[in-house]
Amino acid sequence: MKVGVVTFPGSLDDVDAARAVRHAGAESVSLWHGDHDLKGVDAVVLPGGFSYGDYLRCGAIARFAPVMSEIVDAAGRGMPVLGICNGFQILCESHLLPGALIRNDHRKFGCLDQQLRIENNRTAWTSSYDEGAEITIVLKNGEGSYVADEPTLDRLEAEGRVVARYLGNPNGSLRDIAGVTNEAGNVVGLMPHPEHAIEDLCGPGTDGLGFFASVLKSLV
Amino acid sequence: MARVVVDVMPKPEILDPQGKAVQGALPRLGFDGVTEVRQGKRFELEIEGEITDERLAQVREMAEKLLSNPVIEDFSVRVL
Repeated sequence: MKVGVVTFPGSLDDVDAARAVRHAGAESVSLWHGDHDLKGVDAVVLPGGFSYGDYLRCGAIARFAPVMSEIVDAAGRGMPVLGICNGFQILCESHLLPGALIRNDHRKFGCLDQQLRIENNRTAWTSSYDEGAEITIVLKNGEGSYVADEPTLDRLEAEGRVVARYLGNPNGSLRDIAGVTNEAGNVVGLMPHPEHAIEDLCGPGTDGLGFFASVLKSLV
Repeated sequence: MARVVVDVMPKPEILDPQGKAVQGALPRLGFDGVTEVRQGKRFELEIEGEITDERLAQVREMAEKLLSNPVIEDFSVRVL
């Protein structure tokens, strides 16, 4: 089982994401933003960081990286894709997921252990969790406030596409949304960082490991 | 050679924390009476040759595809 982790110029959490992939029992494969092929991976993680320096808008330039056209095609064919933090922003800019992420309402960079509720455990990345499970993972961003127009939010709710919700809204995200999925459930965007919560040694525990365990299960 | 300006602004219903921060700073500097600040972006594009309707349509496409995110921003195009 191979899970690709993309490195863009300015990615920060690619190493931790690759480590989480291996910790869950898969092989991690490094993908470079300029690559035109996905090296035979079964799933892809877009990690956190500040791709292209967050120039223009977070994720706006990364969206046009050569590797992204491969990922958009593969996602359309059902390949699991997880975007974490900056990765979520890239998925929104790519129109693989609806909505956008804007600056936190309190205008500060937040870095904290954050409680979430898993609202949808039928996606490729959340099937290891019980529906309604409350987990604690790391949240660290300056532009993590999820926004979309009311009809889009209503549609996401009606279709069960809100994957995770904040318990105690940390950044002004509409309807406390921390993560969403596409219609097929193979593409998930999540603002907090499960890859930083996979071991007891550091971070707030191991609650994040389920995202990586889930995708392995979905690929069997 | 002509210069085309693309102004990009956050949509009215989208919270603009940067604009709010600027608004909050103004009274501290002694500037009163500013009831709202919205912060946007201005792009100046140098365009080769004459500006035709076709070229302007292209600039609008650039604005839609890259310069703005239509989910959260509006844009306008004008020739300088």
